[in-house]
Amino acid sequence: MAISEQKPNIVCLGLSHHSAPVEVRERFAVSPPRIQAALDRFRSIEGVSEALILSTCNRVEFYAAGEELRAGYHAFDQFLREHSGMESLGLDTLYRYDFPHSATHLFRVVSGLDSMVVGETEITGQVKQAYKTASQAGATSRLLNKLFQRAFQVAKHIRTKTGINKGAVSVGSVAVDLAGKIFGDLSRCRVMILGAGENSERTARSLLSRGVRDVRVANRSIERAQALAASLNGMAVPLDNWQSEIDSIDILIASTAAPHPIIDRKRLEPLLASRAERPLFLIDIAVPRDVHPDVNALDNVYLYDIDSLEAIANMALNDRRIESDVCQRLIEAHVAEFAEWLECDFARRRGAAKQVACEGGEVFTEGVRV
Amino acid sequence: MQQILLAISTLLFLASIGYTAFALGAARHLPHRFNFWMLAAGFAAQSSFLYLRGLEIGRCPLTNLFEVLLFLSWATVLLYLIVGPAFHLSLMGAFAAPLALLLQILALLVGDRQPSTPPAVLNPWIETHAALSVISFGAFGLAAVAGAMFLLQDTMLKTRRIQPLFYKLPPIGELAKTILRLMIVGVILLGVGIVAGFAVGYLPEKSKLLAALAAWCLYAGLLLARALRPLSARKMAVASVAAFALSLGGFLWIAKVAVH
Repeated sequence: MAISEQKPNIVCLGLSHHSAPVEVRERFAVSPPRIQAALDRFRSIEGVSEALILSTCNRVEFYAAGEELRAGYHAFDQFLREHSGMESLGLDTLYRYDFPHSATHLFRVVSGLDSMVVGETEITGQVKQAYKTASQAGATSRLLNKLFQRAFQVAKHIRTKTGINKGAVSVGSVAVDLAGKIFGDLSRCRVMILGAGENSERTARSLLSRGVRDVRVANRSIERAQALAASLNGMAVPLDNWQSEIDSIDILIASTAAPHPIIDRKRLEPLLASRAERPLFLIDIAVPRDVHPDVNALDNVYLYDIDSLEAIANMALNDRRIESDVCQRLIEAHVAEFAEWLECDFARRRGAAKQVACEGGEVFTEGVRV
Repeated sequence: MQQILLAISTLLFLASIGYTAFALGAARHLPHRFNFWMLAAGFAAQSSFLYLRGLEIGRCPLTNLFEVLLFLSWATVLLYLIVGPAFHLSLMGAFAAPLALLLQILALLVGDRQPSTPPAVLNPWIETHAALSVISFGAFGLAAVAGAMFLLQDTMLKTRRIQPLFYKLPPIGELAKTILRLMIVGVILLGVGIVAGFAVGYLPEKSKLLAALAAWCLYAGLLLARALRPLSARKMAVASVAAFALSLGGFLWIAKVAVH
């Protein structure tokens, strides 16, 4: 096989929530049934020997590897025009990276650093799926296999060695974290929703996803309570009965449209007498608030309103942004290692005159292993 | 050799505290069960020290304040090594290490001054009585550690000042259960220790007996009060810290005045 004198390149072309609005991203999106055809078309571009397409709701990216490739290669523009059906490609919405920037970008993406919610882990699974699809389609080979396997190592390294995914960054996940730190095992916790709104439903679903099994819904409209209870596999109770339920519940999500607090210390304290030392976690996501702040002074009662939940989420987001600097340094080290491997691989394949210390301690001189 | 073993355990406890503080402050990754293994290594060094000491004096090494404090430190670590993994209480080792270190430093400050003369007749039940009594204080000490962790976690939850430490500490529900269990263990051990002392006709000095009984009554009273009238978990946590501070003060005073 003839080996090109040109060094191999890995190219990334794409657009994401950072660079393009959804109406542009959706033009480039590739649905799973169309992936195979798109990969075939992408690989038919001259010089592209390996290809991979990553298409999620927040980004569409095309990775290509081969010799003599450049991200500004006009054949790519032609492909993207045909693919998107957009005659005039907005250059400002597309990013184009040659190696090593393409590797840096991929490592950032797979680690969640480029995500809308910095540090989220769903993207790693999406990249793994994209790689699996391309690999099964026979569209990847030595370069992209090595690059993506390294990318998954980078994601794991960053998640275990840094705090990039630490802390909850949404109101629902903050509530779940707090509940976990109060009760430990949530499977034995009983939850009551006071006011069947969209926010309370979302918070309850977050708790259900972490093991809560028993949900009660109290609402002014009993029909709405029954409908929500059915969707949460719970039970509807009349709104006027909420006080008698306090004895048996552990978490209360309050989200009614009442103009004044419906729970205050005077009303709550007598209801707590029979609870012994069991904590009560009050999540007040109503505006105006349903729970008067004075209940937080009671022993075993923990009250969080929407502002305090959002403040914790914002704090975690801020911490993740700070941590992303540490991640960037780790990524640069991984990219440097990958570049060394690429150089070595090129030298080995070309039988290079220069001596290159290869990965694993192998040394090549004049193409001869020494 | 004994001094080297003591120095090793002291350094291991110091390393456990130091690295945990650094890792938490700098938001660095704390290796899995780091504190457990550091304390386990320190415990091995302490055990070797106490074993050699026992061989040297021909009895359980509880003959002077220096030994009693070291034995108490050893008992605290022993109970942590049993309780920590069983209850999956993260960071309990980080909080137990300062107590173990404090007791060890107190022992070193007191110094090994009093002569350790073996009694004319050795009674293994008296040795058991003394050892059980000290181990019960280890349980009370660990309950105080859990109490301090509870109060810290509770304060962060109440004030909504969520620090990185918050995510590392165990749930307050688990800590409340741990405080209760350790208090029960301590009351049983101390009760058995006191009864064993009487059963074999061993009557310690009046002040020592009074102090042991006072500590037992204090903890048993707390458990009884909780059984009769529900006490909040926070009040139990405060009580566990205060009761241990009181008991340790009395224990040290008595041990200084007269060791069996």
